[in-house]
Formats: sequence, structure tokens, C-alpha cells
Amino acid sequence: MFVALRDIRFARGRFALMGAVVTLITTLVVFLYGLTGGLAREASSAVSGLPVDRIVFGAPAGASPEVSFSNSTIGPEQRRAWAQAPGVSSAEPFGVAMTRLTAGRTAVSVSAFGASDALLPALVSGHAPQPRKGQAAVSESTARENGIRVGDRVTLGTERLTVSGLTADRSFGHAPSVWTSLPTWERVSHQQHPTALAVKGDGTPRDTSTGSDSGAAPDASASARTTTKAVSVDAALAGIDGYAAEHGTLQLIQGFLFAVSALVVGAFFTVWTVQRKPDIAVLKAVGASSAYLVRDALAQALVVLVAGAALGGAAGVAGGALAAASVPFELGAATVTVPVLAMVALGLAGSALAVRRITSVDPLTALGATR
Amino acid sequence: MTAADRAVNNPAAATETPASTAPVPGTGTSAGTRTRTGTAVLALESVTLTYPDGDRRLTALDAVSLRVAAGELAAIVGPSGSGKSSLLAVAATLLRPDEGRVIVAGEDTARLGARARTALRRERVGIVFQQSNLLPSLTALEQLLVVEDLRGRGARRVRAARGRAAELLESVGLDGPVQRRRPHQLSGGERQRVNIARALFGGPSVLLVDEPTSALDHERGERIVELLAEVTRRHRTATVLVTHDHGLLGRADRVLSMADGRLAPPPHRPEARER
Repeated sequence: MFVALRDIRFARGRFALMGAVVTLITTLVVFLYGLTGGLAREASSAVSGLPVDRIVFGAPAGASPEVSFSNSTIGPEQRRAWAQAPGVSSAEPFGVAMTRLTAGRTAVSVSAFGASDALLPALVSGHAPQPRKGQAAVSESTARENGIRVGDRVTLGTERLTVSGLTADRSFGHAPSVWTSLPTWERVSHQQHPTALAVKGDGTPRDTSTGSDSGAAPDASASARTTTKAVSVDAALAGIDGYAAEHGTLQLIQGFLFAVSALVVGAFFTVWTVQRKPDIAVLKAVGASSAYLVRDALAQALVVLVAGAALGGAAGVAGGALAAASVPFELGAATVTVPVLAMVALGLAGSALAVRRITSVDPLTALGATR
Repeated sequence: MTAADRAVNNPAAATETPASTAPVPGTGTSAGTRTRTGTAVLALESVTLTYPDGDRRLTALDAVSLRVAAGELAAIVGPSGSGKSSLLAVAATLLRPDEGRVIVAGEDTARLGARARTALRRERVGIVFQQSNLLPSLTALEQLLVVEDLRGRGARRVRAARGRAAELLESVGLDGPVQRRRPHQLSGGERQRVNIARALFGGPSVLLVDEPTSALDHERGERIVELLAEVTRRHRTATVLVTHDHGLLGRADRVLSMADGRLAPPPHRPEARER
């Protein structure tokens, strides 16, 4: 790093400019990363927080099941077949529907979940909603923002319910979740069947051709195999309307930013290397190996990238912390370290492509050869 | 012991000893120029070098032989395109000849791979470039220290070498604040002195000097050649000086003329340095 550090000191204006570009891109990527995480949380935390292994989507007999909370419905036979399938320790039905919560003079769009206590998010206060008692549990921040307390009467859709408790914040489709029992949810959503099953265990309803000791009728098991689709909880998030498109778009922007960063850093070091060719030729002529020169150039790139990315990460954290009050922003160690490390790694890859030109510099040019 | 110290502590190193050297066909010896004692540190034996030039090959060096002993300054004059720079490039192991042998500090360079030739250049060869070719981001002192860094000595050893570098710069007439100046803050003569000190810093056996006065006026050019003659004697290097300025050759031990890739005695040999 003998020459590398002195070059940075000597051409501090050029390197500061490059470092500023890295800083700005890193800030943008960190901000976008936090925003992606925040939006994903608002779109899916009610599902991703379910304490199960898989989500089972269903379709009526004769239809093909698809991963979609809007289109899925689970009939009693499918539910029974999954509950009794070998290898499945529990198959809890749950319903989800978008509706409106009215409390006093305020109304807010919410996602109404109907489920047993087993799927309920952690309670912050009160108790779980009891079946057939017309109760609901509301997300804590929704309750706070709308002045709702335990024991208040609210209207969920068209149903008058009593708030039995407040849960940790969960949301679905960018709407805070309200949790009730399944029978209450069926009245709220005007649905006759739950939306999906939350399954623990890795079994499936047994094939009738291999015999059945599950207790379910062989026909029901066969039907459940063809009319339901089980996916991991992560894969089930694609079944939330707009989630895949929204998440994909943000990730595409992140990818482009990383690519732009690698290209910009690579372009800078390409120009820098071309400008330094006479110096490189002299160093080679006096005995510098290509490995020494490449190491020196990469160390130079690393210094610029680490400094720029660290500053950008800090700026992203500060900006995100300020913005978190008004936009969904998830600030965590991964939000900062992943984009910062990715910036450094991709920038280094870009500069590595640039500095490989060092190996082709002919030391003879130091003696005036025109090659 | 510093390079400057070696000369101070070993007076013999600075003493010229007239003698004969084993004649090599085509060398300055056969041309009747003054020769020196000792085994040749640099030897080119029947070296031929050709370049591609369209469909044919251009002969840059035509069976050139040259032996230079420790403490000897051999000057080569000739017009542009006569092969002077090619000779330096071959001697510096930057080019492999098509035929013949190049021996640097006892090493037959034909047997060496690219890495070994780079290492040989680093350890045993000092090059003084035509236009000083100093690194713009380094101070005069750091121009020397980078040579230590190239050798993979580590930051501590490089720091420890500062005193030796400062002494060497002093010995070529650069002391005080000038050592902390970057190339653009130095005069042409000062840059060339730094260039010479850098070439000497690694303690080379062979010093190759390419048109060191081309960017200087005659007076400063003369002082640079005087300095080269002095460091050649003091550091016991086998020095080859390539120049087009006949007026600067009085300091050389031997003067050879180069034309069309061949070495020959000059038609009007300038007065060589008295010992």
C-alpha cells in the first residue's frame, strides 16, 4: 500500500469524488434495503410470523390450487385430510380478508384474521379473543393510533366486537391485522370456509393407492392431494396480492444500483489505471512484480470503497432512522451490513477488472519505447 | 552500512585501477578504449535483437558484445534508431535477445523466467531514465523508499530505511527540505539527481543510464554526468551511459559508438577521463 496511500493523498480531489459517489450509492442502497424490509414487513408479517412450517392453499374440487390468499379456500374434507395426514402434527385453519375497523369516529383499513389461539401473535395486553363471544384482538400500534383500548367496542366490517386484547404489530397487504376466532371471521368476511391451513410437520395426505391408516376416507385424501398445495411460509408470501411485484421491483432497483456501483468504480479505476500507465511502467522497470502492483491497486480501491461505503452506511442509518417515523423502514444490522459489504465486494470486483490492465503494461515504455 | 558509507569506508572502491580486460570481440576493448580491472559485472555476448517490421524483421542489435566491469563507466553514443535503447533494454532484462547471452551480476539471464528476471532487475540493476520518470505522488525521499517496499521488506523496514535514503540523497547533492518535495516541485537537475539516487538505492551491480541529460541544459547536463562518474566509482557499479551529446563524454572510461545496431569505437574519440 506504499504507493496506493500516497496516490490517494496526492490525488485527493479525484479520490474524494469517487468516494462521494460510493457514499451516495451506498446511502441509497441502504435506504432502499431498509424500505424493502419495511414494506415486506407491512405486506406480510402476519403470515411470516405464523409459528408453522407450511401454508396449505386450497381450491374447490375440480380446480387447480394456486398460491394465492385471494383465491384459496379450504373445505372441511381438505382440512380433515391434512389434519389427519401422517407427519403433520397440526393443521390449523385460518381465514384472512381485507375489511374496515371502525372505532368511535375513526375508521381504518385492516386485514381480518380468523384463527385459533395457536396462531395468534404475542399478546401485549388483555386475552385472546374467545370463540362465539364476539371478541377481537387488535395490533398494538393500530390501537394506539386510533385510541382503542381493551374492552372497547369496535366494528369489524359489519360485526360489533369487543376488544379482548392487544397483540404485537402484524400486518397483511399493508393493512394492520385484527385477530378474531374463525367463526367470528366467517361472519365478518361473509365466507363459509377458511382461507388456508397453517401446517406443522412435513407430511402430506396419503395416497389411496398405498392404503390409508390416517383415518380419513381414501377419497378425501386423494382429493386433498390434488386440490391443495402446500408451500413453505416464505414461498406463501408470494400469495399476498402485489407482494411479489412490489418486492421484485425493489430488489431489481437494488440490483441495478449494485451493478451501477460496480461499473462506476470499475470505470474510475480503469481511467485511473490508464493515467498511471507511465508510472506503472517505471515501477515494473525498476523491479515491481505484477502481483505487487495489482495488490497495491486493489488495496487502493479497497480503501476508497470501505471509506465510501462506511460513510454511506452511516448516512443511510441516520436517514432511515429519521424516515422511519413516516415510511415503513426496517433498520437492523442486516439492513446496513449486507448492502455495505455488497457495495465493497462488487466495487472491488469492478476495480479488479480495471486493474488487470496493469499486467499488460510494458516496462519498456519507461525507456521510451512506443508500444 | 549505507551506499554512501561503503564508498567512505572502502577507499579502494573509489580508486581507479588501469588494467586490461579479457577482450571480447566487438567490445570497446578491441576498439582501444581504456579498460578496467576485474570480472565483467555486465556482459553481452554476440547479442542480436530483431523487431517485427511489417513483413520483415528489423535488426536492432547485430551481434553486439560488451563487457563492463565494476566501477567502470562506459558511454555509448549514436544517432536515434542506432540501437542504444535496445541495448539498454536487453541489459536491463526487459527484452530477451534473439541470439547471444546477457550476463548480469553472474546470472545468465537466458536461463531466467519472467519472475526471476524481474527479481534480478529489482536486486541488481539500477535504471536512470531519460526524463527522470519519477512517481508524481511521492516525495524525493519516498522515490527511494518505494524501492525498499518493492522488495517486500514491510512497513517497518521501509521506515527504517529512511535514514539511508536521506543520506543517499545528500550524497547526490539533495539535502534538507528538497527531500520532502514532489517531482513537480523540483528542477530538472534535481529530478535527475533523485532519479540517480533511486537507481542506486537498491545497491545495484549494474547501472543503466538512458539519455540522462536530454531535458537539461549543457551546464546541468555536465554536472549530472560528473555525478554519474562519481557514483560509478564510489558505488562500484558497472555503468552504461547512453547519450547523444558528445560533449558530455569526457567523464567516461570508455566511449563506444553505435550505428545500425553495431558497436564501434567513435570516429573522433573524445578525451576520456584522466585517472
